[in-house]
Amino acid sequence: MIGAIAAWFSHLNDTTGINFTIFYDPFDASRFLQGFWLTLALSGVTILGSVAVGVIGAWGQGSPFMSLRAIVRVYVELFRNTPPLVQIYFFYFGLSALLPAGHNAFGMRQPLIGGFAWACVSLILFAGSFNVEIFRSGIEAIPVATTEAAESLGYTRLQTYRYIVLPLALRICLPALTNNLVNLVKTTTLAYAIAVPEMLYVSNQIWSESENVPEMMVVLFVIYIALVGVLVAAMHSWERALRVPGLGR
Amino acid sequence: MLKKLAALAIAASLGGIAHADELQAIKAKGVLVVGVKADYPPFGYLNPNGQIVGIEPSLAANVAQRLGVKLQLVPVVGANRLQFLEQGKIDLLIATMSDTPEREKVVDIVHPDYYASGYNLMVAKTVDVKSWSELKGVPVCAIQASFYNKEVEQKYGAELVAFTGVAEALTALRQGRCDAFLYDDTAIEGKLSDPQWADYDMPLQTQDAKPWGLAVKQGEPAFAAFMSDTIKDWDKTGYIQTLEQQYHVRPSAFAAQMHKQFAGS
Repeated sequence: MIGAIAAWFSHLNDTTGINFTIFYDPFDASRFLQGFWLTLALSGVTILGSVAVGVIGAWGQGSPFMSLRAIVRVYVELFRNTPPLVQIYFFYFGLSALLPAGHNAFGMRQPLIGGFAWACVSLILFAGSFNVEIFRSGIEAIPVATTEAAESLGYTRLQTYRYIVLPLALRICLPALTNNLVNLVKTTTLAYAIAVPEMLYVSNQIWSESENVPEMMVVLFVIYIALVGVLVAAMHSWERALRVPGLGR
Repeated sequence: MLKKLAALAIAASLGGIAHADELQAIKAKGVLVVGVKADYPPFGYLNPNGQIVGIEPSLAANVAQRLGVKLQLVPVVGANRLQFLEQGKIDLLIATMSDTPEREKVVDIVHPDYYASGYNLMVAKTVDVKSWSELKGVPVCAIQASFYNKEVEQKYGAELVAFTGVAEALTALRQGRCDAFLYDDTAIEGKLSDPQWADYDMPLQTQDAKPWGLAVKQGEPAFAAFMSDTIKDWDKTGYIQTLEQQYHVRPSAFAAQMHKQFAGS
């Protein structure tokens, strides 16, 4: 079956010049597949990480301690107001040079944190700053009477957040959250700038060798549409599953 | 009527240029105009006095000397060098240009080729590598979309860490993100001549060397023949190797082989 597909695409190239090397050249196929998995891994790690940052940050924003509120405020402004590519370069080339490093077999300096880890850190912080504001929008939509009711039942601030405010806020802010996570999946392509071999990076290598830019562009478009489609479908079904009749009406 | 006359005049003048022997014309005007690079150390660059110097300007000076005329250097870049030659702004082009069939259609590339450039590795002097086969599994910085990246990955098993630009790749090399930098050997020579990179070296043999050709305008057989003889004489006397030594460029296998080939003749 796989042999037949490869033969068909090889034939397509010979007869029409439409060159999908990733379907018949084993070297290109294997690195493109690795790029695909890496994009999936980047997306998965950063989605979970940035949502966690958003939940914790939004809780910190409502803290009675001014210093904690100030830290969240500065973090959000810093990461929301700077371009993600600049942030990635800053972490990978700037901050990384200041951190302690190990040594490799040649006795040369070797940074402890690699490109993939830095890409995750910077994308989590970037998307996380938006998520903080998204969760805040949900939290502020909860009527004060609801939190007061929780308080009068003896809930602590953390308990109120954990059991009352966050579950309701999540339902309200899900559409905005979906938007930001879709954006995040697309932003993972920026990792190519620090040589993380994700899908755009390997495609770039492939099309510069085989000069098949239009073909690889089509492949990239189709795969990203599919990836984002799956994410959006999952978020929508989650939204339906969480629906509380009457909330927000 | 006027138009016709003008067309005739243009045709006549074009014919005149085509029939004049450029070699004689250069000798008559007493100046040889050569297009060279001014941004490609050590092959052609500006010295602190603002003069264009380097291996290729030296070659140009040698040609002028042979002709017994003065030399005028014109800085060119990759995007305009062929047009400068076609339009007669320069008489001769010696500007790190690879000899390709496409360019052969536009200008007359003189054979034999005078130099060659391939890919090589820039590594710290503390790193002891002796052959390309030692690269297996070694992280190597590179430039995205370089045509030799795939070959180095497939043939030698290096793990390429490719960046969008030279500055990023060199920073990554400096920070230890990779153990070597894969790039054009002649461009690495330029970096190595910078004291900033004094701790780095190019210890391996250049791979996949593509020849460089110098060029004259098409339809100038006498000038082309003269240049061909000049190149053979450079190879015979080892002049190119002398220039490599003078500009601290590692001896290239190409120049050595050409010297061997022509020294006997």
